[in-house]
Amino acid sequence: MIGNLHLIIDVCLLAFLVLIVFAVMKVTNLFVATMLFGIFSFVTALLFLDLDAVDVAFTEAAVGAGFSTVLMLAALRLSGAVENAKHRHSALGLFIVVLTGAALIYGTSDFPNMGDANAPVQLHLAPEFIQLTQEKIDIPNVVTAVLASFRGYDTFGETVVIFSAGVAVLLLLGMGHVEPKNEPEQNMVLWVVVKPFIALILIFGLYVQFHGDFGAGGGFQAGVIFASGMILYSLVFGEGYARKVISSRILPRLAALGVLIYGVTGLASLLWDKPFLDYNALSSNPVSGQHMGILLVEAGVGLAVFATVLLIFYSFSGVNHNE
Amino acid sequence: MIISFLSDICLLLGGFFTLTGALGLLRFPNFYSRLHAASVTESLAAPLLITGVILDTGLTLDSAKLVLIILIMVIANPTITHALCRAAAHGGVNPEMRLKSSEKKQSQTDTELSSKESK
Amino acid sequence: MIAAAVVALLITLALTLIRAFLGPSIYDQILAVNSFGTKTVLLIVVGGHALDWFSYVDIALMYALVNFVGTLAVMRFFEQYKPEGEQSS
Repeated sequence: MIGNLHLIIDVCLLAFLVLIVFAVMKVTNLFVATMLFGIFSFVTALLFLDLDAVDVAFTEAAVGAGFSTVLMLAALRLSGAVENAKHRHSALGLFIVVLTGAALIYGTSDFPNMGDANAPVQLHLAPEFIQLTQEKIDIPNVVTAVLASFRGYDTFGETVVIFSAGVAVLLLLGMGHVEPKNEPEQNMVLWVVVKPFIALILIFGLYVQFHGDFGAGGGFQAGVIFASGMILYSLVFGEGYARKVISSRILPRLAALGVLIYGVTGLASLLWDKPFLDYNALSSNPVSGQHMGILLVEAGVGLAVFATVLLIFYSFSGVNHNE
Repeated sequence: MIISFLSDICLLLGGFFTLTGALGLLRFPNFYSRLHAASVTESLAAPLLITGVILDTGLTLDSAKLVLIILIMVIANPTITHALCRAAAHGGVNPEMRLKSSEKKQSQTDTELSSKESK
Repeated sequence: MIAAAVVALLITLALTLIRAFLGPSIYDQILAVNSFGTKTVLLIVVGGHALDWFSYVDIALMYALVNFVGTLAVMRFFEQYKPEGEQSS
């Protein structure tokens, strides 16, 4: 019964994905297309959950359904919301796409089946990571261990990439300046309800940040959730007041501080004659050194992601504020 | 076990109300009535389904978090309903209902009769 | 019994999708998208308990919050955009 349930859920969700994509192709209003893409992210995250990839589902929901939708809507507010008229159809384009797709599908026929117990990753890498995590790091969440410790250099690169995205948006758009508007109190229900919600979201963000060793979570998800709380405040009370709470001047510095924390944690182990980002050097006991290292780098990642996400949102919402 | 029986009842009722809410969302003729039907799901079916899962789980940290989810849903979703209703009312969605064809003929003959009487 | 609840939720998701495609006005589509998010939260809770997903409660909690923020964002940006005219699909 449970095996059948897995199959039913997978088939239904994959069918939903196809339906949503067809709907996005047919719809001409871009607001609706953006909302449908939000649903697409929800369904994809459900599929990830069904495949037991919990951290990926977490990040997909936080980024895909939350932040990405908000960002595209903010961009649509500035550009038009109706798709341009369709150009003439191209047979050559269709032929090339079909040929490439067929080549890709033919190439995947060599892969092992999904979840095959004899795939190389299950035989070599996965057992080694699971065993090493238990011996050397001793935290329940293997994904966090791989992300922050075994592949910590790669995660450092990812953090720098996120920071560069923030820098690029700053160079292109700048954050602008928005005055707080003294609107009459038109929506009391929203104002009253949203205030405790913002507190809840911020506390939940902190919980996800520090609980990432034991359950699903980590720095990336926590940064996005934290920023979603601030975005909620900005949506309901106006961008002007949000900029008074967290000023636009401090955000780039916070992002840089996050990357700096990560880098300094790596550099600190150089002081004890160990390689870069080797957390064993951070304490007399290697396992507690690993714990300390993971805590610090996750804090750095969370700070950098939070500041960059909020910075990008401020940039998009601060452009050409004409009403 | 009585708790297991209660959990089954809650899940069954929750599933039933979810289905009726979705059916109402699909079949009602007007935006405001669809809004009302959809809010059945979040106010009634969600607490029932989650209560069913809580009864099945027992008293752990997970069930405390599930109670928090119920609270969030019961507060957030009616707020969204309210905000959507206000936005639609400002946006000009008409709260009139479409008449069925028999009622249309009846109202047409009524207006004809009343116009004849006024002449 | 819990499998029946999961199947009911899947059918509900399909029906809500139909309304999201059809809806004559944009507000119908916003309503359907928000409803889809709520059903997703329920599916995570019920399906996570049935299929024993790891740490499903945290994800359901986050989904409920993200759904709230996303729908408020859509409404806010739509009403700021609306003076230039709205078109349904």
